[in-house]
Amino acid sequence: MAKAASSSIKKRGRLFGESCIITWLMACAGISLVTTAAIIGILLKESFVFFENVSPLEFFFGTSWVPILQPSSFGVLPLLWGTLQVTIGAAIIAIPLGLACAIYLSEYASPKMRTYIKPLLELLAGIPTVVYGYFALTFVTPVLRSIFPDVQVFNALSAAIVVGIMILPMIATLSDNALRAVPDSLRQGAYALGATSFEVTTKVVVPAGLSGVMASFLLAISRAIGETMAVTIAAGQTPNLSLSMFESIQTMTAYIVQVSLGDTPTGGIAYQTLFAVGALLFAITLVINIFSQLILNRYREVYD
Amino acid sequence: MSLISEKDRQKLIKRKRIAFLFSKLCALITWTSVLLLAVLLYQVSSDGFGWVDWQFLSSFPSRFPERAGIKSAIVGTLWLIGLVALISIPVGVSSALYLEEFAKPGKLNKFIEVNISNLAGVPSIVYGILGLAIFVRFFALERSLLSGALTMSLLILPVIIIASREAIRSVPMSIRYAAFSLGATRWQTTWAHVLPASFPGIMTGVILALSRAIGETAPLIMIGALTFVAFLPAGPMDSFTAMPIQIYNWVSRPQQEFHDLAAAGIIVLLIVLLLMNATAIYIRNKTEKRLK
Repeated sequence: MAKAASSSIKKRGRLFGESCIITWLMACAGISLVTTAAIIGILLKESFVFFENVSPLEFFFGTSWVPILQPSSFGVLPLLWGTLQVTIGAAIIAIPLGLACAIYLSEYASPKMRTYIKPLLELLAGIPTVVYGYFALTFVTPVLRSIFPDVQVFNALSAAIVVGIMILPMIATLSDNALRAVPDSLRQGAYALGATSFEVTTKVVVPAGLSGVMASFLLAISRAIGETMAVTIAAGQTPNLSLSMFESIQTMTAYIVQVSLGDTPTGGIAYQTLFAVGALLFAITLVINIFSQLILNRYREVYD
Repeated sequence: MSLISEKDRQKLIKRKRIAFLFSKLCALITWTSVLLLAVLLYQVSSDGFGWVDWQFLSSFPSRFPERAGIKSAIVGTLWLIGLVALISIPVGVSSALYLEEFAKPGKLNKFIEVNISNLAGVPSIVYGILGLAIFVRFFALERSLLSGALTMSLLILPVIIIASREAIRSVPMSIRYAAFSLGATRWQTTWAHVLPASFPGIMTGVILALSRAIGETAPLIMIGALTFVAFLPAGPMDSFTAMPIQIYNWVSRPQQEFHDLAAAGIIVLLIVLLLMNATAIYIRNKTEKRLK
């Protein structure tokens, strides 16, 4: 009798301890929600203060970005254009090459070859971005300057090239996963009808895995937009609306770095630009990320 | 008289030729991408190799390149990673355990899931802005190691959670059923069976996440890691520098000697990253053997 009672007390104690642990686990999982809320809250709050001083019209449509010197002007278009130049350049390089890698890995490479190449590509993806910046400045730019003499020391092209190299492994591995998820029966069906490997790949496999492939493109583009160190080092610090890829530019991320490196006083208008530009950057990448998830969920072909 | 006309035969030859060229082109592009890695590594090591010596590893930064070293940056990075590991591993693994083992499937759970995958896609510099506003200013932790470690922890949490969840999910249900049938509670099952069984996978994910944190530069610049530190941090509230910050500082100077110093710093950084990845593989192999 007594034994049974003590065991039931023990059990109750155990259950109490357990509910404490579960509360702790739940709190940890909640941190991710708090993080998101904090990011959005801070960016909104500080941008709001910024837009009390600068009209949104000037911010979004102004063509000159002179935040620190007088007379100041706060048109974000030059920064946005700088980011766009680097991103488009990187996408033009990385999308076809990355897709070709993915096709090679999933359709042509032997299993043994895959086990060699995939870790190497992942290694390429794991190299810190500051190293890519060094590579751009000391290798890519000198090579470009020997081909096109009017390339400046800091230029958008070299940044675009290294960012392209940087996002290529991401496209390759994610698209490879998507292509490999396409069932073999589809390939065999096409081969049985007399299609060549090229036709099977371009007309059956890639269309069937298109949602995953497109999602990988979008994720890579969003990564290129948020990329900071390589473009800060290689592309320069000159807000510039020019069409030329040979000139020094400034991206949104590079501007944020520039402000935080300088002695910008807290609370001043230059300090608030940090949050306004950060909010714009966050909004753009968020929209692209959500879009890529939508594509994955909505257009995924489900094979059983 | 052949079975197909000459015209069709030509067409077939052409299609086959296209297929052959296409396969070779894809292979060529893949190998070129891998070759880029070799070029990058060669470029860095040929510039910096002569500079990596004991003097470089054991000196503080200096205005004179021949006297400059990376000591404070190495120590700063070790401090930072230690703190990040202390903060992010318990929190990350706990979140993953909650989501996989305890949470009831529903709207909230789904929402947390979507939220985490979105957080994983937020640019690192935005985390820097968050750290600056919350840890440096709001909690007044100043430009300390702790501010840096908290910021970096938030940055790699989604990576740790996603990797841990995958590892936990791959533990077969039969192990859980066996524990339940012997009267174990949910937490006892999780702690004594699910966690050990998923340990290798979790460890791999954690080390990969930490090696991402080692290479991250932008958030540390945002929270104000210093670029010139001629002392070693003594505690988590001290100001600090880190390897990528030091490398960035050297790269951004115009002189060739400092670029070579940057290359030397990159060599040290890459060696540290390589060691970490090797450790991850070692741990995974060892624990896998033990579990068998």
